[in-house]
Amino acid sequence: MTNVLPRVGWAVLALVGAIAYGVVAVSRGETINAVWLVIAAVCTYLIAFRFYGLFIAEKVLEVDPNRETPAVRYNDGLDYVPTNKYVLFGHHFAAIAGAGPLVGPVLAAQMGYLPGSLWILIGVVLAGAVQDFTVLMISTRRDGRSLGDIIRSEMGPVAGAVALIGVMLIMIILLAVLALVVVKALAASPWGTFTVFATIPTAMIMGLYGRFIRPGRVGEMSIIGFALLLAALIYGRTVSESPELGPLFTFKGETLALIIIGYGFVASVLPVWLLLAPRDYLSTFLKVGTITALAIGIVIVLPDLKMPAVTKFIDGTGPVFKGGLFPFLFITIACGSVSGFHALISSGTTPKMLESEAQGRFIGYGGMLMESFVAIMAMIAASVLEPGVYFAMNSPAGVIGADAAKAASVISGWGFVVTPEMLTQVAQDIGENSILSRAGGAPTLAVGMAEIFHRFLGGKAMMGFWYHFAILFEALFILTTVDAGTRVARFMIQDLVGAVIPSFRVTKSWTNNLIGSALAVMCWGYFLYAGVVDPLGGINTLWPLFGISNQMLAGIALIMCSVVLFKMKKEKYAWVTLLPTAWLLICTLTAGLQKLFDPSPAIGFLAHASKFGEALAQGQVLAPAKTIEQMSRIVFNDYVNAVMAGAFDLVVVAMLVFGVVSVRKALASPRVTAIEIGGKMGHA
Amino acid sequence: MRDAVKTLFGRLQQTGRLMVGLPDYQAYVEHRKRTHPGEPIMSYEEFFRERQESRYGGANGKIGRCC
Repeated sequence: MTNVLPRVGWAVLALVGAIAYGVVAVSRGETINAVWLVIAAVCTYLIAFRFYGLFIAEKVLEVDPNRETPAVRYNDGLDYVPTNKYVLFGHHFAAIAGAGPLVGPVLAAQMGYLPGSLWILIGVVLAGAVQDFTVLMISTRRDGRSLGDIIRSEMGPVAGAVALIGVMLIMIILLAVLALVVVKALAASPWGTFTVFATIPTAMIMGLYGRFIRPGRVGEMSIIGFALLLAALIYGRTVSESPELGPLFTFKGETLALIIIGYGFVASVLPVWLLLAPRDYLSTFLKVGTITALAIGIVIVLPDLKMPAVTKFIDGTGPVFKGGLFPFLFITIACGSVSGFHALISSGTTPKMLESEAQGRFIGYGGMLMESFVAIMAMIAASVLEPGVYFAMNSPAGVIGADAAKAASVISGWGFVVTPEMLTQVAQDIGENSILSRAGGAPTLAVGMAEIFHRFLGGKAMMGFWYHFAILFEALFILTTVDAGTRVARFMIQDLVGAVIPSFRVTKSWTNNLIGSALAVMCWGYFLYAGVVDPLGGINTLWPLFGISNQMLAGIALIMCSVVLFKMKKEKYAWVTLLPTAWLLICTLTAGLQKLFDPSPAIGFLAHASKFGEALAQGQVLAPAKTIEQMSRIVFNDYVNAVMAGAFDLVVVAMLVFGVVSVRKALASPRVTAIEIGGKMGHA
Repeated sequence: MRDAVKTLFGRLQQTGRLMVGLPDYQAYVEHRKRTHPGEPIMSYEEFFRERQESRYGGANGKIGRCC
C-alpha cells in the first residue's frame, strides 16, 4: 500500500500537467490565463526532477553519498566549506540567474508565447539541467576544478586552449550586449538614468560604511543601500519633471555608451570594496527579491496572456530579430533553457561547497529548473502586454518610424491592432516620453512587471514607480556584471599577453592594471558602440551573436561531459549528454553559417556587407545610413561580426573533432580512463 | 518551535551572505580551532576582507556570476 500512494500522486501530477499543456497549446484566437503556463511548467519540473534527474544521478553518474567531496577533503573554512544544501542552492541560483533568462524570452515572444515556452521547458529538462548537473558532478570529482582545467586534462592541452579562447570571446560579446541592454533602457529616460547613476554614490557610501564604520556588516550595508535606492527612485520622478534637472539626465544612446565604457574602465580599476562589492550586495539581494516578488505577483494577479500563441513571424520576418524559428528561436532563448555560462559556475565555487554527492541533483539539476522558471515568468511578463504595444517597444525605428501615429499604423498593418493613443497612454502611465523602439528586452519586461505589480501593489499611480524599479533592478545587476566581467577579461588578457611578455602577468602592477583594463574595455566597448549607432537597433545583431556564443559554450561543456562518460565506460548512457550536444551543435552551426552566408542582407553579415559595399562603391547612401562615412562603418562592422560568427563556428567544429578523437580513444581502452579523485572508481 | 524559527532565520542569513561570497564565519572559526589548534584565526573583519578580495580581486579572476 505504501508504494501505491506516491505512484498515484505522480500520475495525478502528470495528468494535471498534460491538461495544462493541452490548454496552452490548443487554444487559438482567445486569450488564455498565465496560470496554465505556470502549471505546465511546475509539473514538468517536478516530474523531470523526480524521474529524469534521479535517473541521471543513479544510473549515469552513479552518485555515491559516501564518497568524500572536495568540500570535506579540503575544508578550509574559506573556499572549501561543506554547506547546507538549501544554503548552497541559494548561492548557486544567485550565481546563475541574471539578465539572460529575462531578456531572451522577451525577444522570442515575437513568435508568440508557445514556441519559446516549449523550448524553455523541453530544453531545460533535456539539455540545460543535464549540463549543469553533469558538469557539477564532474568538477566535484576533480577537486572542484574549472571547466578549462577539466577539458585540458581529459581532452588535451590544445582542446583546453581552444575552449579558453571560446570563453574569452563569449565574455566580450556578453559584456557588450548586456551594456547595450542598459543603454537602450536608459536612452532619453531621465528618471531611469538618474536612479541608475544614483547607485554609484549609494554603493560608495555602503562601501565606506562596510570598510571603516562597521566592517563587514553586510546586512546593515544593504539596508542603508536599499533605503537610498528607494529615495533615488522616488526623487527620480521629480528630476525627470524638472525643467532644470531633467535635461541633465537625458542622454542619447551614443553618450550613454561612452559613459558606460568610461565607467567600466574606472570601476574595474577601483578597489573592489568601494564600488563593486557593495553594489554586488545590492544587486544580488534585489535580484533574488524581485524575482520572488514577480513569482508571487503572477500567482496573485493571474494575468491573461494577450500575445497570440503563435504569430506569423515564425517565418523569420519579425521586426525584433530576423531569421526563422529554426535555428534562431533556439539561439535567442539561451539562458532559460540551456546556458553554457552555467558550466563555468558549476565548475567554479559551487562544487567546492557541496556537502555530499547526493545533493548534486538538487543543486545542479534543481537550480537550473528554477532558472528556467525565471525565463517562463519573463515570457509571461512580455505576453501580458498588448501585442501592439510589445511590437512598438521592440521594433527598430527604421521599421516603425519615430512617432506614435506612424508606428501604430505600421503595427496595425501587421495584424496587431493598436492606436496611437494606446501607445502614448502607456508611455504616460510609466512616466516616460515615448515607448517606441525601446529594444533590448529590459523596458518591455519592466512594463510587463509594472503591469503585474501595480494590480496588487499601489494601483495605476504606481505604474511609473514599478516600471523604473524594474529598470533599476535590471540595470543594477547588469552593471555589476559589466564591472566584474571587465575584471575577469582583464585577468584573461594579462594571462594571454603574459605568455609572451611575462612581466605583464603581475596583477598588482598599476601599469598592467591600467593597460589590461583599457584593453578589456576596448574589446566590449567596440561592439557596444557599434550596436548603439546601428540604425537597426544593435540588439538585432548582437543578441544572436551572444546566443550563438553561449550555446557554443554549452556545446563545448556537453562535449566534455560526453567524453568523460565514455572514459568512465558509461557509453550505454552517453546519449543523455550526446542528445543535447547534437542539438546544440546543429543549432549553433546552422545559425552561425546563416549569419555568415545567408543571401538575405537581413540575416547574413556578408550579404549585408556586400549590399552596402556595392552601394558605397557607387557613392550611394542606403537607408538607414545617412552619410558615406556611416556607410563604410556599417560595412566594417559587418566584417567584424562575420569574423566573430566564423570564429564561433570554428571553435565548435574544433571541439567536436577533439571530442570524437577522445571518445574513440576511450572506446579503444578496455579500462576506465576518466581521471577522477576519490571514490571506488578513482585513481587518487 | 522557537528553535526551528531560529534555525530558519540563521539559514536565511547564511544563504544571503553566501550569495555574495561570504561563507559562515562561525564554521571557519570552529574549523580552525579543530584542525589547526594554536594557530592564528582571522578576526571577522579580516575574514570579511579576505573573502571580498578573493571573490572579486584575486589573480584568478573568478567568474562568479552569469549572464
